[in-house]
Amino acid sequence: MAEPGVAAPRSRLAVAGARATTRATLSNQPRSDVIRNVIFAALLLLAILIALAGLIALLVQAFVKGAPALSPDLFTNGPSRIRPESAGFRPAILGSLELIAGVIAFVVPVGVGAALYLEEYADKTRWWNRLIEVNIQNLAAVPSIIYGILGLGFIVRGPLDLGFVLAAGSLTLALLVLPMVIIAAREAIRAVPDSIRQGSLALGATKWQTIRRQVLPASVPGILTGIILAVSRALGEAAPLLLVGAAAFVTFDPQPLGSDRYSALPVQIYNYATQPQEEFRALAAAGIIVMLVVLLAMNSVAIWLRNRYEQRW
Amino acid sequence: MIGTGGSGASGPAGNLPSRLQAPSRRYGEKAIQAVLALCGILSVLTTTAIVISLVGPTIGFFEVVPIGDFLFGTDWTPQFEPPSFGVLAIVAGTLNVTLWAMLFAIPIGLGSAIYLSEYATPRVRRTLKPTLEILAGIPTVAIGFFAVTFILPQVIQPLWPGDLFGGAVGKPFIALAAGLGIGLMVVPIIASISEDAMSAVPRGLREGAYAMGATRMEVSTKVVFPAALSGIVASIVLAISRALGETMIVVLAAGSTPNFTLNPVEAIQAMTSYIAVTATGDIPAGSISYKSVFAVGTLLFLITLAMNVVSIRLVRKYREVYE
Repeated sequence: MAEPGVAAPRSRLAVAGARATTRATLSNQPRSDVIRNVIFAALLLLAILIALAGLIALLVQAFVKGAPALSPDLFTNGPSRIRPESAGFRPAILGSLELIAGVIAFVVPVGVGAALYLEEYADKTRWWNRLIEVNIQNLAAVPSIIYGILGLGFIVRGPLDLGFVLAAGSLTLALLVLPMVIIAAREAIRAVPDSIRQGSLALGATKWQTIRRQVLPASVPGILTGIILAVSRALGEAAPLLLVGAAAFVTFDPQPLGSDRYSALPVQIYNYATQPQEEFRALAAAGIIVMLVVLLAMNSVAIWLRNRYEQRW
Repeated sequence: MIGTGGSGASGPAGNLPSRLQAPSRRYGEKAIQAVLALCGILSVLTTTAIVISLVGPTIGFFEVVPIGDFLFGTDWTPQFEPPSFGVLAIVAGTLNVTLWAMLFAIPIGLGSAIYLSEYATPRVRRTLKPTLEILAGIPTVAIGFFAVTFILPQVIQPLWPGDLFGGAVGKPFIALAAGLGIGLMVVPIIASISEDAMSAVPRGLREGAYAMGATRMEVSTKVVFPAALSGIVASIVLAISRALGETMIVVLAAGSTPNFTLNPVEAIQAMTSYIAVTATGDIPAGSISYKSVFAVGTLLFLITLAMNVVSIRLVRKYREVYE
């Protein structure tokens, strides 16, 4: 279509028809080829439309089911086993916030540190450095429930023996997303051109001064994007928390180390979703809306950061 | 910095910066390197911790339950007296769900990838690809909820043909619902990675084929697809390993009934959902069901590890390098 704004629909159709006829008469493509191609293209389009329809149906379904239960009470009320009309997510939301704070506190220094070591210091020909690298690749593909087992067998009980406290859940989630952070941070650090390092070193800066004042500032947007994506993964993760003490009907606000048991938003959603009454399902959907809105906001920030500060050398 | 390559300072320009360094006595620098190395080592320690936490209780489990009964039995009834731990029942559950997930996700994901890479205009591709990737960021508990409140009652039950395999109507949990939910979850993995692989195929190959008179469909299926095959296979293997390890969708939509079947309209229990359901709450440490959680976890860990190794190998072996 040359100028879609100008042509009236009827003349546009006429042009399209004329063009198709001309092409069919002039083309030496066999008719069956043309038909097969059209069918193939239609099937491809159908595939991507089915995937998009799934996404849209998922979002619409959450909003339709959850809209009746959306109210400020969600944020102020605790959970209830019997009275869905006054039940909410307060301990779960607070629990998720504290879990995430712990994840960030752990994952940012350790993840960035490991990435800096692998990119700036490690000699790739040494077997131990290759071991670290392969190991991170493999850890990224370990199912999240296995991290739950790690949390149960190593952090809650076993060597660390923290008990079913919020800090154990936080540490479990942190270990789960650590490979994601390391991989993203490495890519950001690798994108900083060598000439910047060499310039800094040539001016007499030490290696750490170079990293601290040149490499890190240049790679911060990429690292931040990776951290935000990792944190949003941790926020939505329910399976490992089930094993390390996150429980449904926790009515008190969580304490990081003090109290036994705590709650988290996705775990609370799961528990409401398994209740038979329709009202609890509406509550679960409302929780999903809250979670999706938070995740959407975080992802938008990540995309904005990437576009705003992305540098090309 | 006395690094590993510190003495070879006379390398040509463009070498790694670490080789350009003169030896130095700054102990602070060394301390920093040590701390950073510690962060890297921590990731190895995580793997070690996973293995340690799995191995102890698993050995304890096999002291009570013979390993042959575990691996080849088809009855999973841990709560009965006497209990039976035939893991094949829940392995079948996992395979059942994964099978339907892949039957959905592979055609949809690859179709989307070919469309995005070969047919879509750049503008359409710039909008559609990130939109599709939103799916990958949706928490699985939300997808599980969608599977049980929409896919099952609004899609499967109206469309399922009558009494085929026992019929779908009136069942609160069926494997197919979880399968489609997981399929939806892994579509962006297959689409995104395959699309990257197809876009990396050099233009020259396509233009050569077009010049020989190939149609767009022939170029897509006979030139681009084979050239990108290693990436495509790796994306599918990754998707399968995600599907095997997925927990919340299976727990919510497929039920917790161990069932040695591949029937899509039966309630089943997957390995992950056994772990999640059993280890929730106050299960006494040291009991046989507590240990069984770790035995199942070990099996799942080994399966996904093997798949991951296969996918890394595949990519390395069949990668075609274009300039």
